[in-house]
Amino acid sequence: MAPELGQYALVLAIIVATVQAIVPQVGAYRRDAAWMGVAPAAARVQFLLVLFAFGCLMVSFISSDFSVVNVFENSHSLKPLIYKISGVWGNHEGSLLLWILILTLFGAAVAQFGQNLPPTLQARVLSVQAMIGVGFLAFILFTSNPFSRLDPAPFEGNGLNPLLQDPALAIHPPFLYLGYVGLSVAFSFAVAALIEGRVDPAWARWVRPWTLAAWCCLTAGIALGSYWAYYELGWGGWWFWDPVENASFMPWLAATALLHSSIVVEKRDALKSWTVLLAILAFSLSLLGTFIVRSGVLNSVHAFASDPTRGVFILAFLVFVVGGSLTLYAIRAPSLKGGGLFRPVSREGTLVLNNLLLSTACFTVLLGTLYPLFLDAVASEKVSVGPPYFNAVFVPLMTPLVAALAIGPMLAWKRGDLAGVLGRLKFVAALAFLTALAVAWYAWDIMPLAVLGLALVVWLGLGVFREWAERVRLFRWDIVDSWRRARGLPRASYGMSIAHLGVALMVLGITASETWQDEKQLIMRPGDVETISDFELTFIGAEKVPGPNYSATAATFVVTRNGQPVTILQPESRIFPNPPMETTEAAIRSTLAGDLYTVVGEGDGLGGHAVRLYYKPLVIWIWLGSLAMMVGGMISLSDRRHRIGAPSRKQAAEPGTKNRDPGALAAAGAGD
Amino acid sequence: MKPKRQRLVIVVTGLVFIGAAIGFALFALNEELDVFRSPTQVAEDGFPADKRFRVGGLVEDGSVSSKGIVTTFRVTDGAHSLTISYDKILPDLFREGQGIVAMGVLNTGGTFEAQEVLAKHDENYMPPEVADALKKSGHFKPQGGDS
Repeated sequence: MAPELGQYALVLAIIVATVQAIVPQVGAYRRDAAWMGVAPAAARVQFLLVLFAFGCLMVSFISSDFSVVNVFENSHSLKPLIYKISGVWGNHEGSLLLWILILTLFGAAVAQFGQNLPPTLQARVLSVQAMIGVGFLAFILFTSNPFSRLDPAPFEGNGLNPLLQDPALAIHPPFLYLGYVGLSVAFSFAVAALIEGRVDPAWARWVRPWTLAAWCCLTAGIALGSYWAYYELGWGGWWFWDPVENASFMPWLAATALLHSSIVVEKRDALKSWTVLLAILAFSLSLLGTFIVRSGVLNSVHAFASDPTRGVFILAFLVFVVGGSLTLYAIRAPSLKGGGLFRPVSREGTLVLNNLLLSTACFTVLLGTLYPLFLDAVASEKVSVGPPYFNAVFVPLMTPLVAALAIGPMLAWKRGDLAGVLGRLKFVAALAFLTALAVAWYAWDIMPLAVLGLALVVWLGLGVFREWAERVRLFRWDIVDSWRRARGLPRASYGMSIAHLGVALMVLGITASETWQDEKQLIMRPGDVETISDFELTFIGAEKVPGPNYSATAATFVVTRNGQPVTILQPESRIFPNPPMETTEAAIRSTLAGDLYTVVGEGDGLGGHAVRLYYKPLVIWIWLGSLAMMVGGMISLSDRRHRIGAPSRKQAAEPGTKNRDPGALAAAGAGD
Repeated sequence: MKPKRQRLVIVVTGLVFIGAAIGFALFALNEELDVFRSPTQVAEDGFPADKRFRVGGLVEDGSVSSKGIVTTFRVTDGAHSLTISYDKILPDLFREGQGIVAMGVLNTGGTFEAQEVLAKHDENYMPPEVADALKKSGHFKPQGGDS
């Protein structure tokens, strides 16, 4: 019963979406309040219908209703409950349904929180949002129905890929999709603004929270995925520049650029057409990512649910969305009047630099991802583009970005004083230089890049504190006054500092773990002792142990340091019967100082086991850094100006009126 | 600066930037690209020693032997085969008859020294290059799956 109801709800949803796409758009054109009023109601109804359909699919999964093809193919009655639930989106059809659910969730959220928007803008945003919805609902109904039945119903399901039976991966897709699809709101706002022919600071201020929310989720999703790859795949790596990873990284780069350029629109009324273009591109890259992953066009190591025949539909939809929005952009963008002027050396200038570097980085990832496809299509040459390419292009692009990150927030709007800022950063620069010397002394022969990496970490990390100290006039005023100022700084300012600090932490984690990693792969017999970093690992032995839906070979290592017991590590190699497959469960001792990472492989039949041992110093900071970036984004999102004092167009059109205390906030004024 | 002039400066800087980046990226692509060769292609045309490339095929039955951590095996596309040695732990799905792709260099003795061996996380999977190579040599048998 549930599958039919779910199917029915989806059909109703596409009808509602069609109405929502057309009626408010016409209403906005005719300034007809009643017609425009359809949009918020339709958006809520559409969300509830899709939510209902999603619930129906979930019921089928939980009750292991194997008469549904999707459940049969991706579930198994012996699976733990959480993986029955995550199985809902661990496959093509279900993940698309999740995509649409989140799309309509954002539509409903715009209806709910966007009540202070001008009615025509809100109507148009929701209409564009519904157009995307129609496209995806049609896709799911015509090519990927999650509710198809099987007759006769089998007794048992095929099971979910065991690699996906993992808590981090259970919540990874929802976060990733919240990010991907959240960018649809920025896209809808951009297209609506193009239709209206108006982009102003108020527009940027409405778009910003949505972009920020999407960016936070995308950051969390990517970080979770990377952490999962780190501990689950058992290769000790955390980023493989795999096309599927790139598919999520490209929208992230574009969204990061958008986040920063919309500040310029909000504060200075400049870079408007660029920001609109970025909003369109960011969502287009999300769609491209969906296409890459869902069509199986790249057949990468990570594509778990792919079907090339469906690719044509997404490709057509992609061409329609990107082509349509870019055509609209070409027609309307010239009429967007540029506002504030600025010198190259200014806050705006560094934000432009940020945008140039991020979009170039995004482009190089796109190139590296699509080039093998292109070459295969035109020259039938099978090639692969691996980490060496991406490392070669990323280091030169990210170095100036991180270097400028310490300077940008300290520059004034319009016309900055670079010499003055550098003067205030001279201690930071001196410390960064000393770090470089120390690292060069210590690690030049291992990895010269470490010198650059760690110098940048010190430069940016201390630069962030220096900028904060500047704002609160630390040590220049009375400490009590500084404390008062520190409490008075807008949350967005703290959000920025924390997020930028996160970048420094991430660079620290990457540099240290790449430079000073200790790795050994060898055969160990019971009683063997191996030293890695300053730990001694004694291999006790390996034995067979049963698990809930697998059987495992569990090895035991006793870890000591200088003879003192540290911990016991028990990596496993698991064999799953449904579907038949082996996975590696690494045992990791994770500390802030570094991770001890052990993997056990197959036995050699003579009592020995192949093992892989790593020590990765500071590696955890890669994810703590991304966590800091996400937390920074969330703190910025909680800034009161995003919630209260809904900007009206007139007010916001006069920059400067909002700083009631110009003296105190002059430095903090643009705290993002 | 006039608005038009400012926009021009930004656009020109941007174009120069992106142009330089594309140039550099294409250069890096050229340097870092790893081409794929089937065992037949290696047997017939050879490949420069010490230049990295990828090779793939089915792991030949009975060809796997290990000495300590070093595993030696042969991959075949049905017509020809190539000896591969690998000094790390093989992926979980590595076994005889399985399609794999290895990345590494040919040493002067004609053995392929793999730096990385990939098998997909799926028992039905056949790497697309391997499927292609097998089709060309006429030994392609669709496996249980749909890949």
